[in-house]
Amino acid sequence: MKRAGIPVEEFLYSGHTACPGCGAMLVARYALKVLGKNTIMNIPPCCFAAVPGTFPDTSLGIPLLYNAFETSAATASGIEAALKIKGKKEKINVVAFAGDGGTADIGIQALSGAIERGHEIIYICYDNEAYMNTGIQTSSLTPIGAATTTNPVGKKGGWRVRSKKNMMDIVAAHNIPYAATVNPSYPMDFIKKIEKAKSIKGPSYIHAYSVCPTGWRCQSELGLEIGRLATESGIFPLYEFENGKYTINYKKKTKGVLEYYKQQGRFRHLSEDFIKVIQEMVDKEWAKLLFKEECSHK
Amino acid sequence: MVKKIMTGNVAAAWGARLSRAEVIAAYPITPQTSIVEKLAQFVSNGDLKAEYIHVESEHSAMAACIAASQTGARAFTATSSQGLVLMHELLHWASGARAPIVMVNVNRALAPPWNVWVEHTDMMSQRDTGWIQFYAESNQEVLDTLIMSYKLCEDKEIQLPAMIGLDAFYLSHTSEIVDIPDQDQVDRFLPDYESAYPLDTENPLSIGSLSMPNQWYSEFRYKIYEAMERVLPKLNQIEEDFYKEFGRKYTGPLELYNTEDAEIILIISGAASGTIKETVDTFRKKGIKVGLIRLRIFRPFPSEALGKALSNASFVGVIDRSFSFGHEGAIFTELKASLYGRKSVPMIKNFIVGIGGRDITTDTITEIYENCFNCLNNKKVDVSVEWIDIKV
Repeated sequence: MKRAGIPVEEFLYSGHTACPGCGAMLVARYALKVLGKNTIMNIPPCCFAAVPGTFPDTSLGIPLLYNAFETSAATASGIEAALKIKGKKEKINVVAFAGDGGTADIGIQALSGAIERGHEIIYICYDNEAYMNTGIQTSSLTPIGAATTTNPVGKKGGWRVRSKKNMMDIVAAHNIPYAATVNPSYPMDFIKKIEKAKSIKGPSYIHAYSVCPTGWRCQSELGLEIGRLATESGIFPLYEFENGKYTINYKKKTKGVLEYYKQQGRFRHLSEDFIKVIQEMVDKEWAKLLFKEECSHK
Repeated sequence: MVKKIMTGNVAAAWGARLSRAEVIAAYPITPQTSIVEKLAQFVSNGDLKAEYIHVESEHSAMAACIAASQTGARAFTATSSQGLVLMHELLHWASGARAPIVMVNVNRALAPPWNVWVEHTDMMSQRDTGWIQFYAESNQEVLDTLIMSYKLCEDKEIQLPAMIGLDAFYLSHTSEIVDIPDQDQVDRFLPDYESAYPLDTENPLSIGSLSMPNQWYSEFRYKIYEAMERVLPKLNQIEEDFYKEFGRKYTGPLELYNTEDAEIILIISGAASGTIKETVDTFRKKGIKVGLIRLRIFRPFPSEALGKALSNASFVGVIDRSFSFGHEGAIFTELKASLYGRKSVPMIKNFIVGIGGRDITTDTITEIYENCFNCLNNKKVDVSVEWIDIKV
């Protein structure tokens, strides 16, 4: 049965090698459904680079260019420039698709450059909150409290005590024409935002929530539920930054962070007291976001 | 055809313009800067139709060039020294991607201590990246080599990138008369770039994906090896075509200067060859048989041509304007390896000169020739590697 508004055509075919319950595959699948056939995608080393298939097999129905780790945005810039000089850019979407490490750590310089230069590219960061492809190492987008293989829990602590970088703030500081957070648990919102990104004359940035059952130590069938909890608790708010204005797309902050944290093995060492600290931090960030929305619409 | 007085950097910009580079990714660095400035001016004036990307680093410059090339555009960039070594990862990537990018590198020393003057270590340390490497002697050669390089690199049997080295300041900032070919002539010589496997939404390919040990990785690398083997014969043909179109003759990987009957031959790459030629003339006037080989191409290394050119020499002095610490100069190492197994092998010695832009004068070269003569007369190479003109 066709769900109204979700394009039927698939560009991510079966046969890929992603883990069960992989959020990144849903992100790619929804994004490509909206972007369609006339799309060129590039990817750095990340989970998604490992799953479409080994040469010469591919599970994608669009051209895909693999690039060096720190070069996703520079690579997309080069593709866009070449399409422009060849007179083909009008018809083709250029999409960089990278993980959190490739975006917020090693690739952030190239991303900053590409946004500042105003290339007409769509940069999608699927954020599974650690270097999952290499086996769950901490990135600067790993959330506070998480245990990873480079923040292992030991007798003296060891789990991550730093907070995530706010990538949306970083791209907003470039006055990017359009940036949005998306969550595959909210497909209609997701699709609407990719459609908008597609229509933008200039760079757009999509920050995609991406459940990783393997790295988060959670049940693979609970991915969508966990995703909903992330948004309902305000941990991963759905919002847009467009022409300098913030718009929150889901305002019902009805759940506490405890419910979200207790579903995932990566947080199981945390005390209830520490989770209260996290709750305070999330509340503060949520209030900041509401304030940003209010101020930017004045 | 117009003759103009211009620096090596301006000649490089003209070479890119005449080659109709379509995507230029540019990041400034002394002493390369006037190349990207001149190109920006060409684009601003509408003299060159190109997408000019103001990248935020040399690393991104090369990434953008690779992607543009793989999308089917002719890509150009220029760099120097720190910029080149920052690109190192992506130099390997460019050849692996079979992207026929042409890049100009103004040869400059590496820090610390800071030094912006000529040295060849920046390019020599990119030896194994799968790039064709040229070293120029004159501004005219910079321009001509750039045009020929695109033809060479884009050839379906080659499909590799090339870098053209020009010595910092001695070429980059020194003005000479340069013959600027007509655009029509260049267009005739160098047709538009047609990529064999571009990113194309009508024919969606995944390019660069994983290849396991039992799959195709070795074969991809073997094909680069094969392509490199074809470079020198292909270049011969291109230089002949170039001569027919433009009337300027280039002689493959080596320029031989009074080598035929020479007892002692010096080998060098880069613009200091001019000084050596003058010194050779002085010796020749006295009836002393010395000669010079200018190495125009370091990769692929012209082993056969060098072996042949040195077959009658008694003594060879290899001048390296770079050094591989823990061993010797790069050209020296390569040359010795090339001579292994040949029937008559000359005595050979390495001279490390002109490091960090220290001037190589006729006095320096005279001293080196005399040093060679002493070794030859004593029938013994005193030391295998000697740093010349050093204050300690």
